[in-house]
Amino acid sequence: MLIKTVFAGFGGQGVLSMGLNLTQTAMREGKHVTYLPAYGAEMRGGTANCTVVISDEEIASPVASSPEFLVAMNQPSLVKFQNQIDAGGVVFLNTSLIDIEVTRGDVEVIRVAANQIAEELGSVRSANMVMLGAFVRKSNLVAIDALVEMVRSLLESKGTKIFAANKKALLAGYELLK
Amino acid sequence: MSGNAAIGEAAIRAGCQCYFGYPITPQNELTEYMAQNLSRRKGCTFIQAESEISAINMVYGASVAGVRAMTSSSSPGISLKQEGISYLAACELPAVIVNMSRGGPGLGSISAAQSDYYQSTRGGGHGDYRTIVLAPSSVQELADFTHRAFELSDQYLVPVIILGDGMIGQMMEPVEFKHEAPAELPIRERALRGAKGRNSRIIKTFTSNPAELEEINWSLFRRYQLIEKEETTSESYLTEDAKLILVAFGIGARIAKGAIKTARANGMKVGLFRPITLWPFPTKKLQELAKTTKFFLDFEMNMGQMVDDVHLALGDKANISFYGRPGGVIATPAEVLRVITRLYHQKGLDTKK
Repeated sequence: MLIKTVFAGFGGQGVLSMGLNLTQTAMREGKHVTYLPAYGAEMRGGTANCTVVISDEEIASPVASSPEFLVAMNQPSLVKFQNQIDAGGVVFLNTSLIDIEVTRGDVEVIRVAANQIAEELGSVRSANMVMLGAFVRKSNLVAIDALVEMVRSLLESKGTKIFAANKKALLAGYELLK
Repeated sequence: MSGNAAIGEAAIRAGCQCYFGYPITPQNELTEYMAQNLSRRKGCTFIQAESEISAINMVYGASVAGVRAMTSSSSPGISLKQEGISYLAACELPAVIVNMSRGGPGLGSISAAQSDYYQSTRGGGHGDYRTIVLAPSSVQELADFTHRAFELSDQYLVPVIILGDGMIGQMMEPVEFKHEAPAELPIRERALRGAKGRNSRIIKTFTSNPAELEEINWSLFRRYQLIEKEETTSESYLTEDAKLILVAFGIGARIAKGAIKTARANGMKVGLFRPITLWPFPTKKLQELAKTTKFFLDFEMNMGQMVDDVHLALGDKANISFYGRPGGVIATPAEVLRVITRLYHQKGLDTKK
């Protein structure tokens, strides 16, 4: 098994943090992992993306030619990456910020109104966690409980309230797909 | 752990007492790690200098006082440090210098590139000198080679360059720290620690007598010859039956390996030769491979620099092609695979027995 995922959006959406949480959880579960971030010099705005590779064997290249999964948190990301996805791959669309269609006919599309759901839960800032929850349900790459534990440990310094909000968002996304 | 942080942790475990840096993307995580972790340690010093030039000269000062010291930067910042590196080499002082290189020339881009190969392997600054250059291709190797860099530097009294790139510095992979420096590092003779009870020692880079300087140059080069003999390292991957061997270093070798795996799955006999020490370049090992394989494809994220060393090593004994992406553009394994496939067919390797 060798699965490549690209998370993409604009800076500040928590795109890198989605990838990092997934990578660390998979590592904790004993998988080989690489996490490759790419972002501009800006703290907010600009574009951000990261490539996560999860495998049972040693990973040759951290650069992915044709990812099996694309998580597009905004429209430019979909435009930029949709042609690279592997045939039969899956695209996750944040429909709160994307109003165009996927032009490829050979990929599966999962729609998640991540911003809207997050806002209903209390803060639009957890839109990334809503999407990550949905992603884990569909991709089955890691166990949701393990992911929740990882998010807890990464947010330890920020207090229990922040963690609770993130957990709620993760589970909401997870429950969204049946 | 990110590659940059792994270097920091490995350096601290290797007994690095002084780190001097100046911010530049894509190596800031290393400076940040040292600010957080080295500055708290007893007897250790972290300084964010006012410039790259300042930082390398602080390393010079720390090294002449006999402690393990390190600095890091990225391409344009490394250019600024070259005067200091030349002085360190002249004074036969150890130092570890990390270059998380980016696209160039000039201020370039903040994306990963391998265009500092020439600068790293040819000394870099003025004068007749060499630095040992280690090219890691994983976060684990960044940690291992940081330890090795301090050891080599102390052993041979030469500056050691760790040549990474923006990608390997910022990517994360699992890492294990296998090396720990002894609690008390051996005391280096060639240092100024106070002359109580002995004659004073002079460490300087200038002499007005050319004959004396010539002897210094000879003595440096005798040591360089010893380093070439003892410390040259490389990795060969699937080369035994290969009809075509890719030559690539650092992160480029990882991308090449990804392409080679697919090429093998498609029935092409392709292997990889990865120089680990870029200087000394593993000439002999490459020449051995050329006894059984005649076709080589050098792949670099630049316009073709290491390929010169491949030509120097193989001369007319092999057919050498080159593929490169400069400027911070990251080649994908699929792209390299296309080049392999085309070359394999062009050279008739798919039909020859």
